[in-house]
Amino acid sequence: MSTATLEVPATRRSRPFAWAEQSLTLAWRNIVRIRQNPEALADVTIQPIIFLLLFLFVFGGAIAGGGTWHDYLPYLLPGVLVQSVVFSTLGTGVALNEDFAKGVFDRFRSLPIARVAPLIGAVLGDAVRYLTSIVILMTAGFLLGFRFENGVGNGLLACLVVLLFALSLCWVWVWLGLKLKTAQGVQGIAFLVMFPLTFGSNIFVQTTTLPGFLQSWTKVNPVTYLVDTMRGLMIGGDVQKPLLITLAWMVGLVAVFAPLAIRAYRRRT
Amino acid sequence: MSTTNQVAISAEGLVKKYGSTTALDGVDLTVPTGTVLGVLGPNGAGKTTAVRILGTLLRPDAGHAEVGGYDVVREAPRVREIIGLTGQYASVDEDMSGRRNLVMIGRLLGLPRDQSKTRADQLLERFELTDAGDRIAKTYSGGMRRRLDLAASLVGNPSILYLDEPTTGLDPHARNGVWDTIRNLVLDGTTVLLTTQYLEEADALADSIMVFDKGKVVAEGRPSELKAQAGKQSLDVRPAEPGHLERVAAIVSEAVGTRPTVDVVNALVSVPVSDGTSMPVVVRRLDEAGIAVTELSLRLPSLDEVFLALTGHAAQEQSIAVLEGASR
Repeated sequence: MSTATLEVPATRRSRPFAWAEQSLTLAWRNIVRIRQNPEALADVTIQPIIFLLLFLFVFGGAIAGGGTWHDYLPYLLPGVLVQSVVFSTLGTGVALNEDFAKGVFDRFRSLPIARVAPLIGAVLGDAVRYLTSIVILMTAGFLLGFRFENGVGNGLLACLVVLLFALSLCWVWVWLGLKLKTAQGVQGIAFLVMFPLTFGSNIFVQTTTLPGFLQSWTKVNPVTYLVDTMRGLMIGGDVQKPLLITLAWMVGLVAVFAPLAIRAYRRRT
Repeated sequence: MSTTNQVAISAEGLVKKYGSTTALDGVDLTVPTGTVLGVLGPNGAGKTTAVRILGTLLRPDAGHAEVGGYDVVREAPRVREIIGLTGQYASVDEDMSGRRNLVMIGRLLGLPRDQSKTRADQLLERFELTDAGDRIAKTYSGGMRRRLDLAASLVGNPSILYLDEPTTGLDPHARNGVWDTIRNLVLDGTTVLLTTQYLEEADALADSIMVFDKGKVVAEGRPSELKAQAGKQSLDVRPAEPGHLERVAAIVSEAVGTRPTVDVVNALVSVPVSDGTSMPVVVRRLDEAGIAVTELSLRLPSLDEVFLALTGHAAQEQSIAVLEGASR
């Protein structure tokens, strides 16, 4: 049917899933920015490699106890993977804080868009960074001789689990990024959070070698269970129990920190 | 023809406190549809706070405001549908090209991809950014960035536009460009609330002016009314030779008809004038007398002088010293 074509005015159309489209648009913005500033990817490319090589070659012999770095690599790689992805969630909070400081979010907040869209967009856009970290480390691992001893499917599943964990954990940083005044403040807190989370766990060593109080901490630290899940899926071992605990943590982190972040976003001036 | 009595923005008793500092202390304002309100005041007067409340970025502690008939707190999403906001610091994404900034906003507003691109291209052309459209905004000059910011606030065709110090930090050429843009928007029927630190700017653009000081409205009226209160312009002549001061004073006195003040320290002759008509006469007489001058200027009252006249105190502590220095 042909009707007279009226010029469509440049007005908005209201659609039920507008918030999802807006979030994707803002995720696209983050990806464009990453492409524009590849050097900003250093924390998910060079840094993980340095950690892998440092622990593998410097401490590997000592930690392997009589073995060589070859024996340590299968144990270490899933751990370093978790460590670097957990570390890179910090960047999400820092970037949000900087966006706010620059006034870009004033623009978003003055637009008739869903309040969650800029936050979901930031998180989804950063999934690209987390994925970069995973790909870089897995590639390095394979070059050094790492293999998925429990099948490729399970290995890839492990990568998916750590990615989803990062997407849950980063809500903590989204919240802190909105709550704290400066990006330096966010980074300052990072050490208080990141070091207990990563070094107070089984990422680098068996927890049985740790003193009692630290062992107690590792037992409540979600990272321990995530690493157990990763090792189980990548090189074999018990998966079910640590996976369930990890999933529970993921749900809990999002359930607590996403609403906190959205509230902080609404209140931030 | 639309009626001019409609009110686009109205606010009553707006109060905003930050800790012990009161940024806004009971501000009332009304902007009729299709007009420009200039909000004039020094840093810290509460101009930006007012704009942020009217732009739904900030909740007032007391008072209420309606924009386009919608309450800025309870109906904030409705308000956001009809406003455009350009901040004091250009809020464009520096890591994206100008075009992508505009396309992104079109997409966020729910325009389909092709329409977003068309709209972006139209705005780039309108703001003379077409050639720079694909460069990332970080490489733009201050003036270009402001123009992009303005373009970004116009993607959704807002009927009400807030401009928070749109020309602060711009060179005169860039400033004139922004002024022309604002004038064109007003011709199209847009209601504008503009904050500025320059009386000249408010005078050039606004239908009415409100002067803010320490969170309060200390004066309001049409630009001509305020200027009449604030005092006249001043004609300054500085001879190249300090020895010519008396002769210059005589020439100026004769041309203007008022005895000028002679500032011996700064070698400056100043006289209040109502307009610039006496300036050519002064120039001709000086030329005939063979007196060279290093400065010959017609000066509008500065914000400090306006403040002094309207509020009885200077805009900022330090400006008192400046004024005293100038009158020595």
